[in-house]
Amino acid sequence: MLQQMEITVDELRHLFTERARAGETMILNMGPQHPSTHGVLRLMLELDGEVVVNCVPDIGFLHTGVEKNMEAKNYIKAAVMVDRLDYLNTMGNNLVYALAVEKLVGIQDQIPERAQVIRTILVELQRIASHLVWLGTHALDLAAMSVFLYCFRERELILEIFELVSGQRMMTTYIRPGGLWRDVPEDFYDAVKQFIDYFPRRIDQYEALLTDNPLFKQRTVGIGVLKKEDAIRWGATGPVLRGSGIKYDIRKARPYLIYDALDFDIPVREEGDVYARYLVRMEEMRQSLKIVRQALEWLKKTEGQPVRTPNRKFVPPPKSELAHSMEAVIHHFKYWTEGFKAPKGAVYVAVESPRGELGVYLEGNGGPKPQRVHFRTPSFANLQLLPLLAKGHMVADLVAIIGSIDIVLGDVDR
Amino acid sequence: MEQYLELVVNDLRERFQVEVETFRDEVSVFVRPEQIVEVCQTLRDEYNFDFLADLTAVDYWPQQEPRFHVVYQLYSYLHNVSLRLRVPVQGETPSLPTVEGVYPNANWYEREVWDMFGIHFDGHSDLRRILMPFDWVGHPLRKDYPLGYEEPQYTFNFHDIERKKRRPRE
Repeated sequence: MLQQMEITVDELRHLFTERARAGETMILNMGPQHPSTHGVLRLMLELDGEVVVNCVPDIGFLHTGVEKNMEAKNYIKAAVMVDRLDYLNTMGNNLVYALAVEKLVGIQDQIPERAQVIRTILVELQRIASHLVWLGTHALDLAAMSVFLYCFRERELILEIFELVSGQRMMTTYIRPGGLWRDVPEDFYDAVKQFIDYFPRRIDQYEALLTDNPLFKQRTVGIGVLKKEDAIRWGATGPVLRGSGIKYDIRKARPYLIYDALDFDIPVREEGDVYARYLVRMEEMRQSLKIVRQALEWLKKTEGQPVRTPNRKFVPPPKSELAHSMEAVIHHFKYWTEGFKAPKGAVYVAVESPRGELGVYLEGNGGPKPQRVHFRTPSFANLQLLPLLAKGHMVADLVAIIGSIDIVLGDVDR
Repeated sequence: MEQYLELVVNDLRERFQVEVETFRDEVSVFVRPEQIVEVCQTLRDEYNFDFLADLTAVDYWPQQEPRFHVVYQLYSYLHNVSLRLRVPVQGETPSLPTVEGVYPNANWYEREVWDMFGIHFDGHSDLRRILMPFDWVGHPLRKDYPLGYEEPQYTFNFHDIERKKRRPRE
């Protein structure tokens, strides 16, 4: 019959207070199938009446072994797996992996300007799309249903732009080591232009529905306060950190792509509660629009330039050469079957994802496959704060707090 | 190497006799397992490395001995520099002290390393598996752990698959 390694009560005793054993408090299971946990997150709650005494997150339901799988593939083939981590930030995942591979093989200075500009536009659009999903679901958790519908309507416009450039709405794999898959089509400029002209009005609309809404404010102001010191000690990043009054954004601190040449602000709030994190993200969407607007003008200036590194070792030959060049065919075959070799050594590259610091620890061993790929995902790091934030609040507030950390379970479990 | 980092590394060399390696402008400091807590404490309190960005491990089986390296990625908000610590650990079921006391967010990272590599962190407050199910056998990110798939277990083949499952070794 079924033999299982039983987990004894004693092993879990340290997670709860003594009052739980005496029966004064109740232990309640929340999730993994629960609409407000934004995926398969399971929480074990110790409750005193309706007040959360203790909260123990249980994760791993969406663990797919991406890191193990990537170790068994060469650098090019592994690129398609990274979209699947954080499925709301696919462009950003591709970007950070591409940057890491480029740094590991030493071609980070050879990426053409046009590729950098297009990467920036797409990543910022992705940030807006991700924040829209966050805003919609967060508002839905707090019973503002119409915001959810509006947000998903606008998000669709961004996904259509992604479909235009890559043929895919979500799992794009458009940003690749060495540059981009291909140049953007002609109508890309107009599509993005149309979106950034239309979208500011929409942000005003969302704010009109929520920012001064007394019901929304009652549910968010003063809830889940994260103090400045705790934010640093617990390694929070992204809007969670900036909502607690620390002005830190990797796009400013260690600029990558073309961010050092662009003009934008980092929104910061001092309060550290759910409402502060909401305000930070709303302002971030405006700043992202500002970045896209500048980058789009830049894009016009780079018309006709290449979007891949000239270093043929790391990118496939253009299709036009395959018809008449034997060397190109050989190279094409070798590139897709064997891949390229990367030196022995390790790099850590981090970018600012919509959720915080998304880092890749990539280690090569001299062969075509990585020795180790590790994703430092912002959701995993920020979710760790949940017990700290939830203590002393009502169960209904817990829903608001989970929403305000903005986790994606694919990103947590990898 | 940035000036500030040079200062830090020189001091670490003097106090802890560490080795230093640089690759693509990233500095790695090799630390012995028994020193790790003290080194982290020094870096946090004296040199403002207040953010543990990442903690993971690498398996070099079968080419290298010691087999595992535990990797710490530190960052300083004040000086805007990052530093990597590498701790080679000996043996098949290695252990090293936890840095949870210095960086509280190491809690989940160390649980993940324990789950994926079977590296034990002494003094950890809650060292349980985090991503894999609690009754899982083996540590998936080890290089000698096969990259396979699990056959779906239905009513009709439940016992067949149950019999084939790997059991704990003891």
